[in-house]
Amino acid sequence: MKRRDFLKSVSGLAAGATLPVIPSVVSSAYADARSETLLIVSEGGPNNLDIHGVGTNVPGYEVSWNCYDRLISHEMKTGPGGVPYYDRDKFKGELAEEFKIDDMSVTFKLRKNAKFHDGTPVTAKDVKWSLDRAVSVGGFPTFQMSAGSLTKPEQFVVIDDHTVRVDFLKKDRLTVPDLAVIVPCIVNSELVKKNANEKDPWGLEFTKQQTAGSGAYKVTKWTAGTEVIMERNEDWVCGPLPKIKRVIWRMVPQAGNRRALLERGDADISYELPNKDFQEMKASGKLNVVSLPFSNGIQYIGMNVTKPPFDNPRVRQAVAYALPYQKIMDAVMFGLANPMFGAAKDKPTEVAWPQPHKYNTDIEKAKALMAEAGLASGFETTISFDLNFAGVNEPLCVLVQESLAQIGIRTTINKVPGANWRTELNKKEMPLFTNVFSGWLDYPEYFFYWCYHGNNSVFNTMSYKSAEMDKLIDGARTAAATGDMTTYDTDVKGFVDLAYADIPRIPLYQPFVNVAMQKNISGYQYWFHRRLDYRALAKG
Amino acid sequence: MLTMIGKRLMFAIPSLIGVVIVTFLLTRALPGDPAAYFAGPAATKEAVEQIRKKLGLDKPLIEQFFRYTNDLAHGDFGNSLTTGQPVAAEIRNRLPASAELTLLGLIVSIVIAIPLGVLAATRPGSWIDHLCRITTTAGVSLPVFFTGLVLVYFFYFRLGWSPAPLGRLDVFYSAPPTVTGFYLIDTLIARDFEAFRSALSQLILPATTLAIFSLAPIARMTRASMLAVLSSEFVRTARASGLSPTTVIVTYAFRNAMLPVITTLSMVFSFLLGANVLVEKVFAWPGIGSYAVEALISSDFAPVQGFVLTMAVMYVLLNLVIDILYGVIDPRVRLEG
Repeated sequence: MKRRDFLKSVSGLAAGATLPVIPSVVSSAYADARSETLLIVSEGGPNNLDIHGVGTNVPGYEVSWNCYDRLISHEMKTGPGGVPYYDRDKFKGELAEEFKIDDMSVTFKLRKNAKFHDGTPVTAKDVKWSLDRAVSVGGFPTFQMSAGSLTKPEQFVVIDDHTVRVDFLKKDRLTVPDLAVIVPCIVNSELVKKNANEKDPWGLEFTKQQTAGSGAYKVTKWTAGTEVIMERNEDWVCGPLPKIKRVIWRMVPQAGNRRALLERGDADISYELPNKDFQEMKASGKLNVVSLPFSNGIQYIGMNVTKPPFDNPRVRQAVAYALPYQKIMDAVMFGLANPMFGAAKDKPTEVAWPQPHKYNTDIEKAKALMAEAGLASGFETTISFDLNFAGVNEPLCVLVQESLAQIGIRTTINKVPGANWRTELNKKEMPLFTNVFSGWLDYPEYFFYWCYHGNNSVFNTMSYKSAEMDKLIDGARTAAATGDMTTYDTDVKGFVDLAYADIPRIPLYQPFVNVAMQKNISGYQYWFHRRLDYRALAKG
Repeated sequence: MLTMIGKRLMFAIPSLIGVVIVTFLLTRALPGDPAAYFAGPAATKEAVEQIRKKLGLDKPLIEQFFRYTNDLAHGDFGNSLTTGQPVAAEIRNRLPASAELTLLGLIVSIVIAIPLGVLAATRPGSWIDHLCRITTTAGVSLPVFFTGLVLVYFFYFRLGWSPAPLGRLDVFYSAPPTVTGFYLIDTLIARDFEAFRSALSQLILPATTLAIFSLAPIARMTRASMLAVLSSEFVRTARASGLSPTTVIVTYAFRNAMLPVITTLSMVFSFLLGANVLVEKVFAWPGIGSYAVEALISSDFAPVQGFVLTMAVMYVLLNLVIDILYGVIDPRVRLEG
């Protein structure tokens, strides 16, 4: 190209850059689409549409919950504040028309008219294949199934085209509830098998990109990290046809923008906002803000009991008396949590979890306990937290640091990047840390089995081991399975008391799930997985 | 000229090989353990090992490296674990979004900064010179995410003039069929003016944010370079010969002042791609920067490597284009390989 030509063409471009006036044409279809569409904005989106996939993240669970059916699901009851809340103890059929629980098995009769999204009928062999898949693929789904003693494909027996039996390995109170969690979803086996290969016998690559279920919604477009679009399945038979025709779920990384979108009325629902925003939105009253406690969930301060000085129960109790509980509730949580501290001295232990302990902020008592432990001059340690939840964890740790300094415990704060947090937890070397644990299955013995049992699972972050504790937890599990409620009650009270006397982890509060939505959105339900169930939502 | 381009590209190869090796080693040196991350919260030690094996992370580093380069040679950038998609496809989809935004930001910036710089240089010490100084200082000292948030707050939240900061298009419009990947062009090709309007209005705020940020270097450089040229002898001669001030400034001085400005433009373009990361976060823009950051946070190797490599290739090409432009603008600059 010649110099002069170039200069000419540049000036030509500049002249052409004066844009023609764009006619203002906005179709009327736009307004209609809006009233039948639900626009959800959240920070993160799914990385996989199939909960059986490798490393499917929590937003992925929401897709699975709405696009796949399970054999059974929970009934609803009225929860705190009149919000519909799943009923832990009552089940209803979803794909199953009816089901019968016997001594060592449960039999499901499938709905005859249920169809997958591609029109093939749902049969018993799909159910067996899907459950086989859940217990065989490894990773999280297999682990979750094993929590309900569902571990072998032989447990799932096809009786006829529309009848399936699930055999129990042993008596376990959690087997039936475990069939109603997200993992045992029923997958279109023929379709997936067609798209599977030797390297990938369960077709995980196929179901990662598209939904192959029979659920009330199907994913029609998914742009990872940007949006998920789901359309209603008009042929869904496992419940009343949902009111929302289309769900658009957009990822908006900036919390401030999510709030602005809600307040301007552009977005319908959002969650994962800072507590302060929720509290302010609640106060302003322009939006509906639902706050419900995490079922079976607690934020706590944990101490590694295998290493001095936290191997000394006196030191742990001193820490428990030195924590600024109320300050954390006010300044970090803005009141959006249930306190798990400061129960009255004479309050009897309940057969329930979570329940508050009797420690309170009492610096004098803490100092006395430190002196008794021979550490009146204090010591140095580090307190670690997960940066993924820095919004809560960081101010919390600063308050704890300040408070512990008063009894001579000098702490440095160690911020662990989210990607590294689990590795660190697994190493079990952090002396002092804060974390949240919450279980899908809402039973005290389930929580304690993972968090306090001597088999030292990854959630027993304190490496706590006590023969007495193990005996009580195992006792409660057996008693629950056999229905021996007196022993069960004694054992549950026993392990709660022991956990609070030995205090390897100090519960701070039970966090809330906060969801903000427009006033015209109704039908929000709280589920154990804490994600949205679109099937019940309505607009207008 | 073609041999020159060929030669330049040859010289780029060693630096690209360097980039491949360094990014590979750097990502491996990150603290996180992807296997533990992707095994999920409830994973046992065995489950983590299972995942590690599936991801091929149990192999020695050198073997992982050879497998990686082999895949690269076949155009396979690997799979992202966070989004679950092939990296090459993701970058292909996201690069146009970032490029459209960055280019528009740059154009807006040039349109404002160059006249401002020229005017400031021709009237040093006047109000326009001060205006130039104030805008550039303010622009460069405000962090991009802050400018972005302030713009969103006023123009979307307070005034409601701007559409919701929800990415490239209003949620109820569907994307035009991909031709160039630039929505402004693709919507026009598809004759979908409604979508064009939507795409344009979505672009205004983020592009302005980027433009404000990049005003400073361009305006300052134009001003400095113009000042130098205006005091040179050939301008004095031109003036002495009685040429009109416009001819002197536009035809003689400005063209001679353009070289350093072009160099600055290439630098500005490069760092705008970087500043993009934050702007993309604020405006939920589905671009390449936010993709890379997300991947970095979750120790997801493949996208980070793919991102750095793409950027390296882009810089090489950009520098080449700039070098060619030099020759076109100023015949004194001889291109030598």
